[in-house]
Amino acid sequence: MLGALTVLLVFQLVGEVISHGLGLPIPGPVIGFALLLLALAVRRGVPAELRTTATGLLQHFSLMFVPAGVGVMVHLSRLRDEWLPITVALILSTLLTIACTALVMNWMMRRFAGKEEA
Amino acid sequence: MTPRITDIWVYLSTTPLLGLTVTLLVYQGAFWIYKRADFNPLLNPVPWSVATLVVILTVTNTPYQTYFDGAQFVHFLLGPATVALAVPLYPQLGKLSRAVVPVIGGLLAGGVVAAGSAVGIAWLLGASDTTLLSIAPKSVTAPIAMGISEKIGGLPSLTAVLVMVTGVLGVISAKYVLNFLRITDHAVRGFSIGVAAHGMGIARAFQVSEEAGAFAGVAMALMALGSSILFPLLLWVFTR
Repeated sequence: MLGALTVLLVFQLVGEVISHGLGLPIPGPVIGFALLLLALAVRRGVPAELRTTATGLLQHFSLMFVPAGVGVMVHLSRLRDEWLPITVALILSTLLTIACTALVMNWMMRRFAGKEEA
Repeated sequence: MTPRITDIWVYLSTTPLLGLTVTLLVYQGAFWIYKRADFNPLLNPVPWSVATLVVILTVTNTPYQTYFDGAQFVHFLLGPATVALAVPLYPQLGKLSRAVVPVIGGLLAGGVVAAGSAVGIAWLLGASDTTLLSIAPKSVTAPIAMGISEKIGGLPSLTAVLVMVTGVLGVISAKYVLNFLRITDHAVRGFSIGVAAHGMGIARAFQVSEEAGAFAGVAMALMALGSSILFPLLLWVFTR
């Protein structure tokens, strides 16, 4: 577990160095994610220890959003002033986004999926 | 309260232990209820934990910064967990490579609708310019959304809150919307949740299946990539 956690942190660190070093707008962890995926593809497989640690960590992914979410308390007064446009925009936009993404992707899956495959 | 308990409280409220422990206790309590209720989306543990913690902090008169000094240890794990998303995605690479065109199509449709509809609706209902600029990147994962918000003239901390609320709305509503549209493919279901509700959508999708979670992860990463290129470009076009 310690080894796998170190691997994840090293990839994140390399991602941060690339992100800040090259002045990219993409955050370090997202670059680290892409690099780890690349490494797994080159290695052709996931080490058992890394799989266990990653699964354990991702099982509690929701928990990690709680501390930032509590930050809502700092903005309560601003939210009170503009609650109507904010609430309506967020609700409708979320429903529309899920629906449009799903419909477009579903339709294209049936039309194009597998066609570019060798 | 006896002076003694007050002393203990004064001591504890200055250490990170309290914020961290309370976060874990509240979350596990909320998760227990969620599990008992057969994972009813309305009882998603994130919004309920956040609400409970806000009440606790308000009642005990604890500033957010003091709380965050402890809770940051949980917050920190977001980084390695994001990297770890590569692990469940790896076995799905085959399916992903066959679905490149639908993935890009879904991403473009979802990304444009996410930003466009939020800004459009808020503008129609008379939101301030600052709010409009802060709400535009609300479907993008928080660290990137905050960066975009800052670049285009919004309030990064307000954006962080709007991103969280969007995530909550996404995980609550996704099941109903997708069932209504009769979408059965787990790749499509996961990807749609990821486009609309970033990392929180991923957490939700993993509760459904590995495939849904992996595609939600791809969606979040592509939204992050696409929007961090597209938003500054749009701003450049409009301010010329």
